[in-house]
Amino acid sequence: MARISLKVNGKLRVVDTDSTTPLLYVLRNDLGLQGPKFGCGLSQCGACTVIMEGKTVRSCSVSVTAAQNREITTLEGLGSVAAPHRLQKAFIDEQAGQCGYCLNGMVMSAKVLLDKNPSPTSTEIKQTLNGVLCRCASHLRIIRAIQRAVNADQSAQPIINYR
Amino acid sequence: METRTISRRQILKGTGALIVSFNFFGAIPQILAQSANPSTAGLPATSLDSWLAVSQDGNVTVFTSKVDLGTGTGTALGQIVAEELDVPISKITMDIGDTDKTVDQGRTSASRTLEKGGPQLRQAAAAARQELLKLASARLGAPVDHLTVNDGVVSVADNPAKKISYGALVGGGRFNARITATGDGWDINVAPEVHAKDPKDYKIVGTSVPRFDLPPKLTGEFMYAHEVRIPGMLHGRVVRPPVINSKPSRVDADSIKQIPGIVKVVQEGNFLGVVAQTEWAAIQAARTLKVTWTAPAAKFPANPEEMYSYLKNTKSFVERTGAEKGNAASALGQAARTFEATYRWPYQMHGMIGPSCAVADVRGDKATIWAGSQAPFITRKGVAALLGIPEANVHFIYREASGCYGRLEPDDSPEDAALMSRAVGKPVRVQWMREDEHGWEPKGPPQLITVRSGVDVQGKVTAWDYAERTLPWTDARLSPMLASRQTGIKPDEQGVFLGGGDGAAYNFENRKAVSSGIPWMMNPNPLRTCNLRAPYSSARCFATECHVDEIAAGLGVDPVEFRLRYLGDDSKRVIAVLLAATKKAAWQTRPSPLPANAASVATGRGVAVSGMAGTVVAQVAEVEVDKSSGKVAVKRVTIAHDCGLIVNPDGLRNQIEGNVIQGVSRALMEEVQYDSTGVKSLDWRSYPIITFADIPDVDIVLIGHPEMPSLGAGEASTIAVAAAIANAVFDAVGVRLREVPFTPQRVLSALNGQGSSNRRA
Repeated sequence: MARISLKVNGKLRVVDTDSTTPLLYVLRNDLGLQGPKFGCGLSQCGACTVIMEGKTVRSCSVSVTAAQNREITTLEGLGSVAAPHRLQKAFIDEQAGQCGYCLNGMVMSAKVLLDKNPSPTSTEIKQTLNGVLCRCASHLRIIRAIQRAVNADQSAQPIINYR
Repeated sequence: METRTISRRQILKGTGALIVSFNFFGAIPQILAQSANPSTAGLPATSLDSWLAVSQDGNVTVFTSKVDLGTGTGTALGQIVAEELDVPISKITMDIGDTDKTVDQGRTSASRTLEKGGPQLRQAAAAARQELLKLASARLGAPVDHLTVNDGVVSVADNPAKKISYGALVGGGRFNARITATGDGWDINVAPEVHAKDPKDYKIVGTSVPRFDLPPKLTGEFMYAHEVRIPGMLHGRVVRPPVINSKPSRVDADSIKQIPGIVKVVQEGNFLGVVAQTEWAAIQAARTLKVTWTAPAAKFPANPEEMYSYLKNTKSFVERTGAEKGNAASALGQAARTFEATYRWPYQMHGMIGPSCAVADVRGDKATIWAGSQAPFITRKGVAALLGIPEANVHFIYREASGCYGRLEPDDSPEDAALMSRAVGKPVRVQWMREDEHGWEPKGPPQLITVRSGVDVQGKVTAWDYAERTLPWTDARLSPMLASRQTGIKPDEQGVFLGGGDGAAYNFENRKAVSSGIPWMMNPNPLRTCNLRAPYSSARCFATECHVDEIAAGLGVDPVEFRLRYLGDDSKRVIAVLLAATKKAAWQTRPSPLPANAASVATGRGVAVSGMAGTVVAQVAEVEVDKSSGKVAVKRVTIAHDCGLIVNPDGLRNQIEGNVIQGVSRALMEEVQYDSTGVKSLDWRSYPIITFADIPDVDIVLIGHPEMPSLGAGEASTIAVAAAIANAVFDAVGVRLREVPFTPQRVLSALNGQGSSNRRA
């Protein structure tokens, strides 16, 4: 067991865990976060996506040790039902989802895309999300939701600031 | 080892009848009632309090065992209740799938929640409104017919100052009112004597109320089955054999002792699992545990080719005949021209993105289960049988899983978790790994269909002979689940074989349609089968609608015009969707295929119609075929859809889009890989599904019928996708694709005149 410090959603968190544990299980079981989900454990589906230092990572395939002291954002760090991030709000407005299990990966990937490229084309949106699988097939709505977020008030502030 | 046998027939005998009815689109399978004894199966349907409760602040909680599988039915059912009670939708809370709080309304399946569960809740709500008006009448001193309701407040029509809210009338208390309810489960007929609203007065039903569940799903606040955490809970993982019906002959528990936090290796018969303090320890333990498995007890056909031979050459155990008319065999003999083709549909997966997951807390002779089962009361029954405890001692609490598509009607994970929890005396959470889910989910069975048809000298179809060979569902309905079978509980039949026939709506003079069930392995094996979205129907439509297209092309007739010739007065709704879809798609009337040309990419359009349980659909697919690579790109699907009364138009569109795109995925890329001992598609690389790069536009025409009941929506729109695409490919390049999926390799073979295809005549 190792004591590991994590910076998650703007807060410093310390966990005692097996140092080989993938980040996903620490986020879900030690920190009680529900945004990132287990889908495949193989970096193939994107359900476990979190943002680390401004980039998307598959938390099922990053050890907690490698995430130490890095700035990590999960879906919860973007917003809440009471105060959603503009991407979350756009997904709700477009009713973009069915079972919703993939939505974490969709929203987090879109967040990183928009941070780098505030006005992506639909081709750029598709390319970015291509590695995130959705079985209910809400793809068209997801694309529309991201376009809606792009067109939403660009000055709207996220709940937490990210560097 | 102790062997217990539960007879599915016995269960059926005690619990209701299997009935099969027919409409133009073939059989509508349904099993009536899951419970013989209402006292042990949920709350009494005859008590109004079983269906809903009104709190002091006027909020209404609706109790239903029709679960929301991520399709938005919870919201739609809430709309129906809000409508009848005249309360704002914001006042509705849905309490879904808790066996201690709900009436057993049967399983949630076949996209028929609004058709079957909708009227049950509508009538219960209408009865509640009647009760509330009675109470208000006494309190306000005015007769019931002088009262009006607005947003949950009852007032006297000619004296609106006299008013009282629902909350004040029953606030937090019970109605203590009996209502009539006859029948069981799926078909409970609730308070039929109570007048519900006239659909023309609807204000909430028929509007696109946003789904209750999506905001929390977008922020991580939604409680999926995967999020359930119980104090003191441990983590379990299953260890399944790599091959068919193999048994753990030796389990070396010492092989995992170096992993910190191991609690127990759980073995019950051939069931094997590991329990650990942490999830990561459980995962490592399941991977590391040294198990000697016995050699497989049987062999699968070694590949799809051998599987189709097995279907073709094995004697059937059941035959189902669909609509039969005249004498197809003799008409074929007399036909001026005949057509014959064989169509293949492969093993496919449900492919939930989140694998099976359940939490069980077994304490003594009581158990609590949290999971995403489509059938809370059936899962409860199965867990009770496995644990050998009374059914009433098992409390099942529904928590939505990850999609479903039919996979969780046989929900295996509650039994895995129950066995492990009993073994360690603590709550255990079990989540299948990706290879468990891909490897062991019960899959959609392969289908082999031959259609022979004949036309007379005038080009009129005089003979239609459809012959299908497929596997039954080995793991569906009331069958024992995987863990049960591993512990020795045996199914006593050859599986469930429902429906049958071609599902075609065409009035051919002589027609015959037979579906033959071919026996399949009933022991635990990775090619176990169950209902997969629009079960059996997609392949039936693929064969039928492609064959109709083949005749039309052979006769040089436009595919739409040809279909209309054989749709009569009894198919007015089918004609309406066919005309609506083709109009929206700007269909150009001409025969297929287009003349050959030298362009490297050819375009084409194809049409197909389908139906399911009364819902009718027509769709037009527009494709591009890259002649050098063989890649088929579906550019747009235009679909017209009629499911009777529409409760939530945007919710319906959402379902149609999803079903169409999932249908494109299944048509273009999905086929389970296996060899003689096991499944080889164990991840998303070996079983690819559609991604953003290949998503077509979906153009939807909704045809609503407020005067009709709501019929099943969703699955009906996936059925015709493969047929429409295959017909469009023929239009583009003049070759027939008769085997799903339409991979580039298959398309190239077809273009080169090989495989299950034929070239331009």
